[in-house]
Amino acid sequence: MDNLRQIRFIWKPVVFLVCLIPAFHAAGDVYGITGDLGANPVENLQDRFGNWGLRFLIITLAISPFRLRSGWNWLARFRRMLGLFAFFYVLMHFLTWLLLDQGLYLSAIIEDIAKRPFITIGFAAFVILLSLAVTSTAGMRRRLGRRWQKLHNWIYVAAILGVWHYWWQVKLDVSDPAIYASALAVLLLYRIWYRYKNPRKKSLAK
Amino acid sequence: MLIKKPADIRPSEITTKDNYLNRRKFMQAAALAGGSLVTADVLPAVIPGERRAKLEGVIASEYSTDEKPNSFMDVTTYNNYYEFGVRKEDPYRNSQDFEPTPWSVEVTGNAENTGTFALEDIVKPHTLEERIYRLRCVEAWSMVIPWVGIPLASIVKQFKPLSSAKYVVFETLHDTERMPGQKSRSLRWPYVEGLTIAEATNPLPILAVGVYGEVLPNQNGAPLRLIVPWKYGFKSIKGIVKIHFSERQPRTSWELAAPHEYGFYANVNPEVSHPRWSQARERRIGSEEGGGLKSLFSAAKQPTVMFNGYGDHVAHLYDGLNLRKNF
Repeated sequence: MDNLRQIRFIWKPVVFLVCLIPAFHAAGDVYGITGDLGANPVENLQDRFGNWGLRFLIITLAISPFRLRSGWNWLARFRRMLGLFAFFYVLMHFLTWLLLDQGLYLSAIIEDIAKRPFITIGFAAFVILLSLAVTSTAGMRRRLGRRWQKLHNWIYVAAILGVWHYWWQVKLDVSDPAIYASALAVLLLYRIWYRYKNPRKKSLAK
Repeated sequence: MLIKKPADIRPSEITTKDNYLNRRKFMQAAALAGGSLVTADVLPAVIPGERRAKLEGVIASEYSTDEKPNSFMDVTTYNNYYEFGVRKEDPYRNSQDFEPTPWSVEVTGNAENTGTFALEDIVKPHTLEERIYRLRCVEAWSMVIPWVGIPLASIVKQFKPLSSAKYVVFETLHDTERMPGQKSRSLRWPYVEGLTIAEATNPLPILAVGVYGEVLPNQNGAPLRLIVPWKYGFKSIKGIVKIHFSERQPRTSWELAAPHEYGFYANVNPEVSHPRWSQARERRIGSEEGGGLKSLFSAAKQPTVMFNGYGDHVAHLYDGLNLRKNF
C-alpha cells in the first residue's frame, strides 16, 4: 500500500476512533458503565464537551505549525477531521445547554444569548464553527475558491471567542482557561512570526 | 451532645437504604472506572463520610421542609469549600485527612461572654435539632439537606452581645497545612462571613454539627458551620473558629473577591440576576438512580422562589431595604 492509501484506509479510521473516545466515555458515564456523572449530571456533560471542543480546536490549530517545524506533511491530511471533531464536541456542548440545561425553554435561551455576554460570545463561536463545518467538504472548497481560505481563517476568531467564553464563565479560579489561553497565544504568535519571516507566502495553512 | 463510638454502627443503620445502595453502586462504578482508559476525572474509591458517628438525642423541627432530601452522596461529594480546592469534588477528595478535633471557637468583640471555648462547651447546653432545609447556591443549583444543629439565636444569646453589637462576624480556620486550598490565592484567607444581629437572632439560621443524623463530614464544614437557608450558599460559612460581635458591617470574602457580583446580603432573589447569569431558575441537584438519558432530560430547572421560600419568616427583616441595591 502506498502512503496515501495507508493514511486513508488505516490511519484516518484509527484517529477517528481515538477522537471518539471522549464521546464514548461520556455515554458510558451516562449509563453508569465507565463511571458516573456525579451530583450534577448536566453540568458535568456540558463542561466536559466544552473542554473537548476547546482541546480539539487547539489540536487543529497546532497541526500546521507542527507540520512546518517537523516537515511531516502528511499531518495536513488529518486537519479537517480534527477540525470537524472540534465542531462535534462544541455542538454537543451547545445541545447539552439547549436541551438539558435550558430544557428548550425559549424565553430563557433568548435572554441568555442576548443578555449574558459570556453566552453571547460562546454562541458566536458556535455559529462560526457551524459555517466552517458545512463548508468543509471538497465540493464547497472548490465552489468557494479563494474565499474558502478567508472564511476558514475564522477558526482563529472562534478559538479566541471559545477561550474567552470559558474564561468569563468561571466563577473565580481561572487556572484552567488560562492553560487554553496560553496554548492558543503560542499558536497565534507562531503564525504571526511565520508570516513576518515569509512575507511572500499568503498563509501557512497552504 | 452525645457522640457514640462509630465502631458498632453498620452503614445501613445511619443512612436510608437508598443512600446505602447508592454508595454500593458508587464503589462498583469506581472499581470499574479504575480499569478504563480515561481515569483523570473518575472519582477515587474513597467513600465520603463512611463510618461517621451518629448524633444522639436529635429532635425534629417545625422549620423542616417535607421535600425529599438529596442523597448522602450528593451532599458529600458536590461541595463548594475553596479551603480544600475549587472543584466540586475537591473538598471530599482533599479533606479526608483533616482532623476536626479538638476544636475551639474564639468569641470576641461587643459581648459580655467572650473568650475561647471548646466546641463541646458551646454545644453542650443545647438540644440538637434536625433541620431539613433547601440550600440555594449562587451558581443556580439547589439541594435539600437534613442538617443537625443548634439555632444560632440560642448560641448568640449564650454570649450575651451588647446593644452596640450590630453584626455577627464568622471566620473559618486559616491553616495552609490542614487546608491545602488556602495555598492558592483563589480567595483572601481566612474566609469571612457575617449577618446582621437581627438575621442572626432569627429562628431559622443554625450552627450545624451534623448532617443525615451523623457528625458533619469534613467536606461539609466539620466540625461547625453556619446554615442560613434564605441566603445564597456562600453565606453559610464552614469550619468556624471565630465569632466576633461587631459594630460595623464586615467585608465578606466574596464581596472582596468580586464586589459587583456578590454582596453582603446575598438573599436568594429570582428577580436580581447575577451579572453573568440569571437567578430566576435553579437546577435541583440529583443523580437519579439508574442514570441513562431519560433521567438527564428530566433534570429541567425549576423556578427560584424569593428568599428561597423562607419569606414568611424573614421578609420583614428587609422592610424598606432596596434589595436590588443591597444584593
